[in-house]
Amino acid sequence: MRVAVRFFAMYRERAGVSHTEVELPEGSSPAQLLVHLRSEFPSLPAEAPVLIAVNSEYVSDEAVLQDGDEVAFIPPVSGGER
Amino acid sequence: MIRITPDALNPHEVTELVRKPSNGAVVTFLGTTRDLFEGRDVDHLEYEAYQPMAENMLQQIVDEIRERWAIEDVAIAHRVGRVDVGEISLVVAIGSPHRKEALEASAYMLDRIKTMVPIWKKEVFQGGEVWVGSQSESAATPPVT
Repeated sequence: MRVAVRFFAMYRERAGVSHTEVELPEGSSPAQLLVHLRSEFPSLPAEAPVLIAVNSEYVSDEAVLQDGDEVAFIPPVSGGER
Repeated sequence: MIRITPDALNPHEVTELVRKPSNGAVVTFLGTTRDLFEGRDVDHLEYEAYQPMAENMLQQIVDEIRERWAIEDVAIAHRVGRVDVGEISLVVAIGSPHRKEALEASAYMLDRIKTMVPIWKKEVFQGGEVWVGSQSESAATPPVT
């Protein structure tokens, strides 16, 4: 199956691209996708906390991905002010 | 109204959206670009949004407020792209019959925006830049202590 991946903020800068597509075995999870991406984009932060959204909804990193999903890696957010 | 835009924000326009005769209280919050970040002079900020998801999450927070306080009138505008020091990055306006609910709902809205809406902020200062919350800097400039 094939999933679309979106990178934002620090992840986008480290990857050098804002999106990519990845071929994965059926039933793969976001955690497995991230392992794959870290080998393809070694500059991605290895330790930074990251949330995962599939088709614009937050999901667990153990969720089951489907063909055609859009997966976004969401580094810590900072909307508004602080 | 929920708007994420690269254009300058107009707080008066956003506030007017929640003003009506049944609302005796209107609270408008402005987030503006501060000139200092951890002791360094900020040149400007850059905001980046995962736009469709950010709009969905903002709508979800509006729905939460509607349920908790029975507040109908909420307007939110968030700027993306470059925002210079002193400019407005966020406007939240809430109207309700009485002030207590509007003040509580405003504080709740701002806390929720910080934790769950996919919008990121990069502080750009002399000699470096940093994604806020990332604990990782693209250029090393020791903070002034």
